[in-house]
Amino acid sequence: MSTLFAAGEARAFLDAAIKGDLPDDRGRFGPFGGRYVPETLVPAFERLEKGVHEHLHEAAFQSEFQKELREWVGRPTALTFAPQLSKAWAAEVWIKREDLAHTGAHKINNAIGQALLAKRLGAQRVIAETGAGQHGVAAAAACARVDLPCSVYMGVVDMERQAPNVDRIRRLGAEVIAVESGDKTLRAAIDEALRAWVTDPNGIYYLLGSAVGAHPYPYLVRELQTVIGKEARQQMLDQAGGLPDVAFACVGGGSNAIGLFYPLLGDDVELIGVEAGGTGVGLGQNAATLATGTPGVLQGAYTIILQDDDGQVQETHSISAGLDYSGVGPEHALLQAIGRVKYISATDDEALEALEELCATEGILTALETAHAYAAARKYAQQNPGKRILIGNSGRGDKDMPTLTQYPARIRSHESA
Amino acid sequence: MKAHDRLSAAIVAANDAGRTALLPFITAGYPEPRDFIATLKRIAAVSDVVELGIPFSDPMADGMTIQRSSYIALQKGVSLKWIFDQLDSAHGEIDAPLVMMSYLNPLLAFGYEELAERALATGVCGFVVPDLPFEESDEIRATFGAKGLGLIQLVTPATPDERLKILCAASRGFVYAVTITGITGGSTGLPIDLSDYLDKIASFSKIPVCAGFGIRVAADVAAVGKHAAGAIVGSALVEVLERGDDPAPFLEGLKGS
Repeated sequence: MSTLFAAGEARAFLDAAIKGDLPDDRGRFGPFGGRYVPETLVPAFERLEKGVHEHLHEAAFQSEFQKELREWVGRPTALTFAPQLSKAWAAEVWIKREDLAHTGAHKINNAIGQALLAKRLGAQRVIAETGAGQHGVAAAAACARVDLPCSVYMGVVDMERQAPNVDRIRRLGAEVIAVESGDKTLRAAIDEALRAWVTDPNGIYYLLGSAVGAHPYPYLVRELQTVIGKEARQQMLDQAGGLPDVAFACVGGGSNAIGLFYPLLGDDVELIGVEAGGTGVGLGQNAATLATGTPGVLQGAYTIILQDDDGQVQETHSISAGLDYSGVGPEHALLQAIGRVKYISATDDEALEALEELCATEGILTALETAHAYAAARKYAQQNPGKRILIGNSGRGDKDMPTLTQYPARIRSHESA
Repeated sequence: MKAHDRLSAAIVAANDAGRTALLPFITAGYPEPRDFIATLKRIAAVSDVVELGIPFSDPMADGMTIQRSSYIALQKGVSLKWIFDQLDSAHGEIDAPLVMMSYLNPLLAFGYEELAERALATGVCGFVVPDLPFEESDEIRATFGAKGLGLIQLVTPATPDERLKILCAASRGFVYAVTITGITGGSTGLPIDLSDYLDKIASFSKIPVCAGFGIRVAADVAAVGKHAAGAIVGSALVEVLERGDDPAPFLEGLKGS
């Protein structure tokens, strides 16, 4: 990583990030980002970029977006103090409750924002990809809300492990297109959505679900998700009487993490992103992109990716579909390179254990993705007692019941034994 | 002669002989890696330029046929290094100049300097990189330019005129005119109104313009041949190879009578 830029530049990039100067005009977060897309899509991306600059921070759009967040999504979401978890961990634990947002995850913030944008840009229909199904559900709901037809691309592997969400997407009026190509998970779904977009770049709006891909998506998605961090920051001041010592969020593509972290970049708060450690450290056994990956170009951006020596992108494994991705948003790649955010991983087993502990202590069934953040926070608390910890609870776990039923509930069976 | 000039010259030579230049595309090492060089020789003998597809895990601009061929070639161990090694072993035996069509990441992983050196040593005269738009191409363009290798620009029916001029001026070897707004291997056939589009590109370009995507039969080659210097045939040829058929009669058939 040290070859990417000189040591002195790291501070300059952090200052630029805090000031809101990143990405630059070319869609770069330092060396990362950019726009690596087929020529057929270049005009579509230029149109989208122009549309983002014209509308996103304009008063009429913002007032419509804020109204939808308030009245339809149900924002602000709560900040919950976790007394029993705090006691168990010997820490002060606060939870930012994106699971309470409409459709059950942070994904809806981005989906309704982009759906409103699609409407303004005159799109005839919307396409979206989904891994865990949460973005598919959010996109379907948002498109219904703004009255645009929606097609959701989903890998067949994910359709099986997230079956309840497939049904939800359909009931919300969207079409689910099964993706049989490639790795049959999120990465293949994005490839397939891009292929569909190429066929009608004028009529289609591609509603990308994470802070990944070519410029302006990493920027657009971040801007729509920073509501998480802005609310959480204020709520910490109001309810906890101060900022946290440390904040945790899970990272797949990284949209909920950037949403939580971005407004805290300039504060004296340690930021830790948690990736999927899967079943082990070998290539293909996890989705710990930032921890073990190398720089490369995947799906439109220069970022950190999981690849072999020949530049072939590797398949990943995680118990959680939403983290099962071989790339990561380019802004996270920069934040790691400059040392502002630390990225670590939690294994499938650790995530399951943390999920059960949270259920038992606080009565919150969190998503398997989010459970990785709890697993890492728990470990951190053991090594750093007495800290004030903020956890981004990105989504609820109802969708994970088909996966969870395959595992015995360890804590409860333990108690009853 | 610079390497990319060999491409232009081969296309012009075909036109001078009264033919539309034929530029077949194959996925390198597909369907059987051990047949790669034999297949390539057979195809090169009846073609003006041969395009070698470098298999990639995420071929986002390709349809099912090339996705499948790419996937299987990777499964069978085909890599850029392996392809260069094979080409080395066939040194001097392949007459047609070669073009590599590769997504960016395998080229990045290989390293641009070594890529250029091995290309020059193996008869590869240019590269088509479908996920590398002009704006991101400075570094690789500089490396290739210094060695006389061509970076072949793609243009599409969605490309605005001003951009078209920039891409035509930047392209080396030939200009790759994508005929459809879509991915490779479409079954919809060619759009009817190609002539204005191809004529416009030709008017902007000082080097030959070759049309690709959706060209499957002799009539397609004849149709684009009226307005373009060459025709690129990909998915239809890959399907022939997939069936285990001899590619030479198929390619001869495309040339028409």
